[in-house]
Amino acid sequence: MRDKVILTLGVLGTLLMAWNLNTISNLPNDALQGYIFRIIFIHVPAAITAQVFYTVALGCCIMFLLRKNFFWDSLAVASIEVGTMLVLVNLVTGSIWGRNQWGVWWAWDLRMTSQLMCFLLYLGYLLLRPAIAEPTQRATMSSIVGIFAYADIPLVDMAIRMPGVRTQHPQPVLETGTLAPIYRGPFGIGIIVLLLIGTALILLRLNQEHAKREIDSLRRQLHAA
Amino acid sequence: MKAGFVAAWAIARKDLQTEMRTRESINASSSFSLVILVLFSFAFDLEREAWLAISGGLLWMVYAFAGALIVNRSFAREIPNDCLDVLIASPAPPWALFLGKSVSAFVLLVIVELISLPVFGLFYRIDWWQHFGSVMGVLALATWGISVVGVAFSAVTVNIRLRELMLPVLLYPVLIPLLLGAMGSTTTLFGGNPDLTNITAALKLLIGFDIIYTALGVGLVEFILVS
Repeated sequence: MRDKVILTLGVLGTLLMAWNLNTISNLPNDALQGYIFRIIFIHVPAAITAQVFYTVALGCCIMFLLRKNFFWDSLAVASIEVGTMLVLVNLVTGSIWGRNQWGVWWAWDLRMTSQLMCFLLYLGYLLLRPAIAEPTQRATMSSIVGIFAYADIPLVDMAIRMPGVRTQHPQPVLETGTLAPIYRGPFGIGIIVLLLIGTALILLRLNQEHAKREIDSLRRQLHAA
Repeated sequence: MKAGFVAAWAIARKDLQTEMRTRESINASSSFSLVILVLFSFAFDLEREAWLAISGGLLWMVYAFAGALIVNRSFAREIPNDCLDVLIASPAPPWALFLGKSVSAFVLLVIVELISLPVFGLFYRIDWWQHFGSVMGVLALATWGISVVGVAFSAVTVNIRLRELMLPVLLYPVLIPLLLGAMGSTTTLFGGNPDLTNITAALKLLIGFDIIYTALGVGLVEFILVS
């Protein structure tokens, strides 16, 4: 059943992405930025989707601590892996855009910095897991680190907005409502595409985590016998 | 509740007494801080104004490195003779153990900071005593933040492989907002930044960080220790 869901979400996401890329390539060029402005349809949806998956992961970390059910731990690690991959997509696309528009690959701009911090926080989570052999201990410690990491995101945001910190990043077009109506459709579909593909990847990782736990349990039984 | 605070104080006192007998953490961290301070002089060849402009950043880098050394020992010193199991089995609630360990780490780190601060001022001609009260306030708030997050992660990593490597990997990214606030406000207080508006924002950030992570540590430490 889960395999069919993964396949459906994956195929649907890929088809929608192909259709959306075609729509995006047919849009008129931006008056100031030219062709490169199209990166916004991947760059911003990647950041939004990553935050959604990190929030799901926070819920899973709390649920694991309360219920001690390994399903929540598997869902947390799957969501964090996919979320971190999307943050990386956001950083790389932002860097490409920055090189084209600002002339530099990296500018210590406040939004770039906050995304990089986010990436490093969750990288710690992913590095911790292989260092703990015992499954319950691994899941508990990872959940704690997951909660600590999520609590840091608003603080990082507050820190880089302190007076004296300057930004050259374009203003958020969604919050200020300046995104032109013809761009809103492809932008919204860009978010849906990443949500569909991201969910398919999370479900795929859930299957892998389940298989890994079964192999671990068989190995333990073998050692005990 | 009161018994918990009494237990926390007893644990803090025990840790400080043990440390004062051997002085292993304080000696190692202070020496390490001095070495880093000396290395800065080779890394940067600057005029006094430029030193002032980066003074807070340099100082808090030293304190962050020293802090990782101090908190790394926080739970690790309980491993020989299974002392950690005894502490967990004791009537002291887990949050008292966390608070006690945080207080002892805080005191030790403040001692190391107070040793390094005059040396830093001397080496780089920084008049650190100009706003002494405010500098001490920032120092106390930021050090408490380093202590609570450090002790929590020290408990997380105490029984794992690569403990010494994993602690900084987990600790520093979480500490970044705290260090940003401490670095900015310390530079301003040392006279390296004429714009005083960032002090209030930095203090709010430090207080918010301390409250959030003390609450998280107190609330979650039971799961860490039981695991």
